[in-house]
Amino acid sequence: MRGARLGVAGVPWLLVPAALGTALVALPVVAMALTVEWSQFWSLVTSEPSRDALWLSLRTATVSTLLCLVLGVPLALVLARSHGRAATLLRSVVLLPLVLPPVVGGIALLQAFGRRGLLGGSFTALGVDIAFTTTAVVIAQTFVAMPFLVLSLEGALRSTGTRFEDVAATLGAAPSLTLRRVTLPLALPGLVSGTILAFARCLGEFGATITFAGSLQGTTRTLPLEIYLQREGDPRAAVALSLVLVAVAVLVIGLTRARRSSLTAGTP
Amino acid sequence: MSARWARTRSYAVRAGAAVTGLTLLVACSGPASSGEGAATTSADTTLTVFAAASLQTPFEAIGAAFEEANPGTTVRFGFGGSSGLVAQLTEGAPADVLATANEATMTTAESAGLLAGTPRPFATNVLQIAVPADNPRRVDALADLADPATKVVLCAPAVPCGAASLAVEKAAGIDITPVSEEQSVTDVLGKVRSGEADAGLVYVTDVRGAGDSVRGIDFPEAAKAVNTYPIATLKGSENASFAIKFVAAVTSPDGQRVLRDAGFSPATP
Repeated sequence: MRGARLGVAGVPWLLVPAALGTALVALPVVAMALTVEWSQFWSLVTSEPSRDALWLSLRTATVSTLLCLVLGVPLALVLARSHGRAATLLRSVVLLPLVLPPVVGGIALLQAFGRRGLLGGSFTALGVDIAFTTTAVVIAQTFVAMPFLVLSLEGALRSTGTRFEDVAATLGAAPSLTLRRVTLPLALPGLVSGTILAFARCLGEFGATITFAGSLQGTTRTLPLEIYLQREGDPRAAVALSLVLVAVAVLVIGLTRARRSSLTAGTP
Repeated sequence: MSARWARTRSYAVRAGAAVTGLTLLVACSGPASSGEGAATTSADTTLTVFAAASLQTPFEAIGAAFEEANPGTTVRFGFGGSSGLVAQLTEGAPADVLATANEATMTTAESAGLLAGTPRPFATNVLQIAVPADNPRRVDALADLADPATKVVLCAPAVPCGAASLAVEKAAGIDITPVSEEQSVTDVLGKVRSGEADAGLVYVTDVRGAGDSVRGIDFPEAAKAVNTYPIATLKGSENASFAIKFVAAVTSPDGQRVLRDAGFSPATP
């Protein structure tokens, strides 16, 4: 355990912008905690619409994160082991939602899966309606969150390299065994932090959801949408619910840190 | 290129000013005031009008005519949700005139001590059924929206257009189960326009402004939820005489004609 000390890399004045940066992020959150009406906090966050929104958020974020894992892990593997123009192009496409405003993502999803979108007609023919359903929320969340998982895992895979895989192969391990016993365990810290990041991004998803899925209590109105709506009707409830989301975020960050230190413990 | 750079730099400077303000706030926890604002150094008068988003088209036309009638005057608009505009004014946004989409928000502004004059109603707006141009569910009356097979999008009851929707439902004695309750009229219109929804309730003026992609259907129960738009001059105005002139322009026959062309009805029928 190293001593608790703030390093300034020998440049003391760096502390000033660093402190300002911290204040910029921390002050608004602290202000929110100070202005919330604690006496009514519990009743505000446990009202029926609030509970519905929280429960829907947790459910959809869980499903979306699983979907991110199913699709994102293979994608990260492909990206980490590919080179050249095709890999660069694929990476740019996969990471696109990371740089797109979520509302643009929502519009793009509508053009693809909407009733009058590219694929919407085929879905309607199959009797599947996506618009205004919880499925639409999950699609929107997966769309925006997957790059976080892919980016994080690909970084981990690239930094561990292929040496151990080569050794496993020379020892006669089949590629699938190598993947299971060597590649993924080595990249586990990246996988875990990527998963947690993706989950957090799913929880916070707003723009794509409101554009693509709509907003209905219990079906598509997730916590961020409920907060945005409450801002109009009952601003105190909006602040109280925001604080709930902050608490969840803090929990997620804490979880990432704890997992990471326990995972990296023992490795040099 | 250089103009864009200058703009970027000005954003950076403002953000920097905000951070500096933050420093002061942290250091002495006193109110941080910055010297930024609408400083008009030229002899020209700039009038700032905060108005409900639905007024954009007619007010821009009235503003252009006002500028022409009063050389040297520039009218700047801030369009947005009425409650958001009042919140901005309460926090000190500089403006000369306020026009809201309902009387409740104007009352909020009045009780916050923002108004210089008495609010005057100048227009009304009613709901209309909006359907995609091809009207796939063949909707032609409000009762059709109660059909569960019809995907209806409404405003959430917490926002003014949602309250109005509830009022007409009650007046018609029907119960609409929407597939989505949106944040604003524009969101409802967007869902109808893209064909995601089969029908929605929005204001007549919204349908008028949406062009050919959306068709509007009148219904008698709309008369049960008439939205009155009031306008008032603001206490913070530095051009009080021009502010009063602008209000007069809106209520003048010419102004009323522009509003009527946009789909609004007169305030006192």
